[in-house]
Amino acid sequence: MHSSFAHLQGEENITEARGTGVDATMPFGNTHNQLKMNYTAEQEFPDLSQHNNHMAKVLTLEMYANLRDKQTPSGFTVDDVIQTGVDNPGHPFIMTVGCVAGDEETYEVFKDLLDPVIEDRHGGYKPTDKHKTDLNPDNLQGGDDLDPNYVLSSRVRTGRSIRGFCLPPHCSRGERRAIEGLSVEALGALDGDLKGKYYALKDMTEEEQQQLIDDHFLFDKPVSPLLLASGMARDWPDARGIWHNDNKTFLVWVNEEDHLRVISMQKGGNMKEVFNRFCTGLTKIEELFKEKGHEFMWNEHLGYVLTCPSNLGTGMRGGVHVKLPNLSKHEKFGEILKRLRLQKRGTGGVDTAAVGGVFDISNADRLGFSEVELVQMVVDGVKLLVEMEKHLEAGQSIDDLMPEQK
Amino acid sequence: LIVSYHRKKKKISTFIYIPSTFIWRVLVCFYRVKMASSFARVLSSKRKVGILSLVGAGSLTVGFFLNKEQRVNAGAHVRRIYPPSAEYPDLRKHNNCMASHLTPAVYAKLCDKTTPNGYTLDLAIQTGVDNPGHPFIKTVGMVAGDEESYEVFADIFNPVIKERHNGYDPCNMKHPTDLDSSKIRGGQFDEKYVLSSRVRTGRSIRGLSLPPACTRAERREVERVVIDALAGLKGDLTGKYYSLTLMTEQEQQQLIDDHFLFDKPVSPLLTCAGMARDWPDARGIWHNNEKTFLVWVNEEDHTRVISMEKGGNMRRVFERFCKGLQEVERLIQEKGWEFMWNERLGYILTCPSNLGTGLRAGVHVTLPRLSKDPRFPKILDNLRLQKRGTGGVDTAAVGNTFDISNLDRLGQSEVQLVQTVIDGVNYLIECEKKLERGQDIKIPAPISQFK
Repeated sequence: MHSSFAHLQGEENITEARGTGVDATMPFGNTHNQLKMNYTAEQEFPDLSQHNNHMAKVLTLEMYANLRDKQTPSGFTVDDVIQTGVDNPGHPFIMTVGCVAGDEETYEVFKDLLDPVIEDRHGGYKPTDKHKTDLNPDNLQGGDDLDPNYVLSSRVRTGRSIRGFCLPPHCSRGERRAIEGLSVEALGALDGDLKGKYYALKDMTEEEQQQLIDDHFLFDKPVSPLLLASGMARDWPDARGIWHNDNKTFLVWVNEEDHLRVISMQKGGNMKEVFNRFCTGLTKIEELFKEKGHEFMWNEHLGYVLTCPSNLGTGMRGGVHVKLPNLSKHEKFGEILKRLRLQKRGTGGVDTAAVGGVFDISNADRLGFSEVELVQMVVDGVKLLVEMEKHLEAGQSIDDLMPEQK
Repeated sequence: LIVSYHRKKKKISTFIYIPSTFIWRVLVCFYRVKMASSFARVLSSKRKVGILSLVGAGSLTVGFFLNKEQRVNAGAHVRRIYPPSAEYPDLRKHNNCMASHLTPAVYAKLCDKTTPNGYTLDLAIQTGVDNPGHPFIKTVGMVAGDEESYEVFADIFNPVIKERHNGYDPCNMKHPTDLDSSKIRGGQFDEKYVLSSRVRTGRSIRGLSLPPACTRAERREVERVVIDALAGLKGDLTGKYYSLTLMTEQEQQQLIDDHFLFDKPVSPLLTCAGMARDWPDARGIWHNNEKTFLVWVNEEDHTRVISMEKGGNMRRVFERFCKGLQEVERLIQEKGWEFMWNERLGYILTCPSNLGTGLRAGVHVTLPRLSKDPRFPKILDNLRLQKRGTGGVDTAAVGNTFDISNLDRLGQSEVQLVQTVIDGVNYLIECEKKLERGQDIKIPAPISQFK
């Protein structure tokens, strides 16, 4: 993988920097890898006895010993990768990943750790597997007729990283500002129903802020220790902002958990329209970046590269807010979702519980399936769930509606 | 002191002028290096890392001499892709000491430097960038990652220290250290007013990075060195260590009931500086059997040392404090270690606000009438005392009981500061008694700050 840092290092070959060949230092506490080398791997190995996350399941002393003297060209080390997992032993509802990438090369340099984490997290995805990207909305069948009496809103989100820049856990202020600048420029060139405006977090007025809150667009400084421990919230709110189109159906977050988070959404059940706009918008943005000589981080094996290994591949979560008061109480609800390859969340997002029988239902997978395939699963799955809900409302059994494992 | 780094030759040359008075410190460091077991392992390893440690007034560096197989990183310049102006933090909404003094010029001068351990300016100021501050409370806004931070980044630390310590100028002043408790006059308060007495400070182990920057192994080494020394304490200082990772439920409950247990920091001032990494690894609490002498290990500093008891016998509290500290120092020196200290800045701790003595001596005192008198703040000010709520630094007072302690940390010795507290609290009690009797009180003349 080409690194934009290569030309700066002069005489050194730094696709995989060993030892202390690289001067670039880390912004978050583990700068001095050379100092750590004065201690043995045992002395430095974290105590993971109380831990339950993907990183802790995979990281052995031997693996740590092999990886500890490596750095990516920008200076990201294995301790940086795992810090969030060391600091956060577990989560009550979900099995967290426990590691992050500081740049694109992290996934290569620390593959001994990240490949098994990815395999575990993404349902057996092998290091030799290839990921298919499909952002052609015409390939989606149906999706425009989800019952709006049950499906309150539809939403598709993903992330994108700009190649050549470090990711949020590791980027410097200068890099983050450069990412903001490039993004704002690209987004500024969007037109038609995608035409919109950027609101920098640190410059927005009180009125703008209130409006964004009312629209449920405003994102706040992360409070989750999962994110804070990885260093993503440094220098808040510098170079962070929100862009959205005038129609408020297409939204981009800049420099939150990833370089860009792209969201397409609207009220009601027309997932096809949402996905259409999603694909069109993303493709346009990618073109605009390419015009300026930048591309997104992507490769054949991992698809789109993002900060958290859980968001690799499509990085996509497509879902709906749907009323399932009866079905959600059914004993087979969990099993049904599992077979449909869907997951449920509360309507407040990943760490919340459902309110009033309304659930956020979305695809469980990210990697190994294309965007079209995943949205198809959501569309077909939600259709079935609504069907089942109607059956239960009418007092009928749903046994003959039970799906096969996808 | 000249440190030059030749990128092409990939070696560091250090030309050091060593004042003869400091040769003994160099020898002590080599001695320590040979004695401490973990360093013995280092020396016998193939890498042949030699550690030359110099500490002295005015000039400080640690140079790593490495053989040809190793790349040099210590003290080397940091590569940047963006010019300093593109990296300079946006401090327009900030109100902390770092933001007041970190001009673009100072940033540009320091942003490419690192301490020999690899600590950078960006790391030091991260907590101040992330926490703009409060309109009423001016926080420091930066931390040290190691002893050398105070030297390498002196251009920003010195003005911050000067502002925080009310004019103490590290460039031309010396800090006195005095732990001879026999010099204290008085020190037994009227227990009708004083409910408890307490003295705390911190100590750092020289040669190991400070909590914002330390590696897990370094932190564990701090723990090992400290509990090894504490295990050697005898008599009324005999005690026990409770590791945060290993303590039982009962032990934890007991420590909570005793108000000894410290928790993972939640204050963003601390977490943004990286001090809470790897919690609770290598953190713990030691206290003596009588529960009057307490040591926190690897919280905000390597060690925090606390001497306390109910009632008003500040004299005894300070005696125990000095005795305990001196004993611990003796015990670590037996093993070849020492505390971070120098003539300019006194005891070196993580936060610049705790330099010098790092000492906060105080009482919980009930002052129902005086506290309502409008002259109270001025009286405290002139006595060089500060008030806090009984829950500590960020709390309000409950009832009429206040935590009254010394304002200063740097520029006066421990004995001087404790005497100030003793004299000051006595004055406050006198005022309270006068008001009880219906008499008027006087605002005392301001006492001089640097003696």
